[in-house]
Amino acid sequence: MSALRVENIYKVFGRRGPEAVRRLDQGASREDVAPLGTAAVIDASFDVQPGEIFVVMGLSGSGKSTLIRMLNGLLRPTAGHIYLGEDDLATVGPAALRDIRQQRVSMVFQHFALLPHRSVLDNAAYPLQVQGVGRTERRAKAEESLQMVGLEGWGDKLPSELSGGMRQRVGLARALTADTDILLMDEAFSALDPLIRRDMQEQLIDLQQRLGKTVIFITHDLNEAMHLGDRIAVMRAGRIVQIGSAEEILADPADDYVARFIADVDRTRVLQASSLMRPPTVMLPVSSGPRRALHELSEAQMPASFVVDRERRFLGLVHDSDVLEAQRTGASDLSGIVKPGPLPVSTDANLSELFAPAAESQLPLPVVDERHRLVGVIPRVSILKAMAPNESAPDATDPTVNLPWEAEPTDVGPDDGATLVSGGPR
Amino acid sequence: MNGPLFTLPLGEWVASFVRWMTSTFKPVFDFIKTILEGIYDLIAAVLGEPPFVAVALVLVILAFLVKGWKLALGTAIGFLVIEGVGQWGNAMDTLALVILASFIALLIGIPLGIWAARNDSVSAVVRPVLDFMQTMPAFVYLIPTVVIFLTGAVPGLVATIVFALAPGVRFTELGIRQVDKEVVEAGHAFGSHPRRILREIQLPLALPTIMAGVNQVIMLSLSMVVIAGMVGAGGLGRDVVAALSRVNVGLGFEAGLAVVILAMYLDRITAALSDRSPVARALRTTVA
Repeated sequence: MSALRVENIYKVFGRRGPEAVRRLDQGASREDVAPLGTAAVIDASFDVQPGEIFVVMGLSGSGKSTLIRMLNGLLRPTAGHIYLGEDDLATVGPAALRDIRQQRVSMVFQHFALLPHRSVLDNAAYPLQVQGVGRTERRAKAEESLQMVGLEGWGDKLPSELSGGMRQRVGLARALTADTDILLMDEAFSALDPLIRRDMQEQLIDLQQRLGKTVIFITHDLNEAMHLGDRIAVMRAGRIVQIGSAEEILADPADDYVARFIADVDRTRVLQASSLMRPPTVMLPVSSGPRRALHELSEAQMPASFVVDRERRFLGLVHDSDVLEAQRTGASDLSGIVKPGPLPVSTDANLSELFAPAAESQLPLPVVDERHRLVGVIPRVSILKAMAPNESAPDATDPTVNLPWEAEPTDVGPDDGATLVSGGPR
Repeated sequence: MNGPLFTLPLGEWVASFVRWMTSTFKPVFDFIKTILEGIYDLIAAVLGEPPFVAVALVLVILAFLVKGWKLALGTAIGFLVIEGVGQWGNAMDTLALVILASFIALLIGIPLGIWAARNDSVSAVVRPVLDFMQTMPAFVYLIPTVVIFLTGAVPGLVATIVFALAPGVRFTELGIRQVDKEVVEAGHAFGSHPRRILREIQLPLALPTIMAGVNQVIMLSLSMVVIAGMVGAGGLGRDVVAALSRVNVGLGFEAGLAVVILAMYLDRITAALSDRSPVARALRTTVA
């Protein structure tokens, strides 16, 4: 069962909202109904699975903030249903709504929304204070939340004494104190510096994996969306234009808008080894004799081959010269001549993590799964090719998209940049 | 000479309305007058009966507690000057009037401001009424209040309350509307009741602004209370009016100076109080 189910919701600001919804339903555009009201969200439907990070991505004015505010009833949809278990947030009464907010949905805000006159600890304890939990108990719980976000020992400070990143950790701790299954995050990291934002993203992923929360994350930053989201809903002008995983959206953009949007995404963080790899041209079991090995190498016209054991686990590499030598000495298998070869990468490694190993070796990179089985290889040229934007993107004629430096990652750390440069012709 | 194009007997209507009110609600007004007079006499007695040194000392200590020794010293000097020119008794009468008028003005103004902040229609109605109350020349209020309450402290008090009400309402509304929308949303998002959001989020965060309004109410009260001397409200106003009618420069200056000293005292005390609110203190603490 889904954690949250949204069915055809509309939000039109203005007195004649219902009429606008009727017109929109009949195919009118957002501009057509402008005299009746501002259509912020139009016919949005999606399911969020328990334990999923669901990202809603869109530029400002796309309706994503309005959308997230309907998911905890801060705004009522003009039409449609939002099912949270049995309850429909579109029709639930004020007392029941407060109950849902206390027990089941909490929220992290873009500008932190902390109470400036209360200590960090009391801010983190706020949800329990609302629920009428005693002071000692709620402070103990809040202390735990602060610990989870790495703010132990800061409880006595005021929010104004903390940096932006730390304040947002307080915001996150506050939501964790509420201990709801669903966490709404409204542009939660957008007000932070890029480096701190990166940290917070990692922390969120980490917390999500530890606590198994369902996270609905709003952002205007595609890289953030691709990095965090198990699934991403792309919004434009009030409508959801595509829902899918990062790779699905990159590989198959639903329309020109999405394609243009992803044209300048930092692919190195999104594309994973699994989507770049291909079957190895030659792969030898360690038990095979030198004669067979030579045959396969010459068939494949390769100077070396990866070697695997009986379970197909990656062992290393043999070179043709060593195989010839083994044949001369009459060895029965390859176990004596296996070299460590390039370090294998895992299937879920990001493109950015492949640069360093690829630079180390002329050979393709071996890719292994979680059981260390060799599942594919990535030739160096594929890594370079993957960095260039989709050729099918409609903006391909736009020279800015095709320039090689445009396709380079814009915000990789200095390490990645260094290996990219030094890893060339060695 | 041409006569006016048409006449609008607005003045007559207002006059007859006031006459009708006076006769119809006479028991109500009498009751209000008795209550207000009683409270005023009590406050004036508390401030005026004890010897100068006792009352002044309490006020100086108050200044020390809310602000510090500098304000305490200034207050002491100021009060000695008032005593020296023989205006202490009048100053205490005036202080009693200001305290009572401000208190009632805030009692009406702050809830009205809260209501206006939470309801746009209320705000739309209240705003022009406040404009009217603030811009109508202060003397004009004295006329109907004298008709209704005759002379003495009460007509002066009532006129002062009406005159000083506006900033209490305005600043309260402004303060609450200025509270960060996201913080209020956070209150809702964690399931707080709107009443608790008002008490725990909106009012504390609006407090510095509301206190600025309180300060304005007190200052306006003080200026109006002096004018109310014309209808026999007593205190410094009476001497100012007397000095005016007798063209007595000396007395006018002495009474006027006492008003200035009292005003500065009240202003600094209320400003210091608003600085001490938790939110104001929290906002001063920033990352080093």
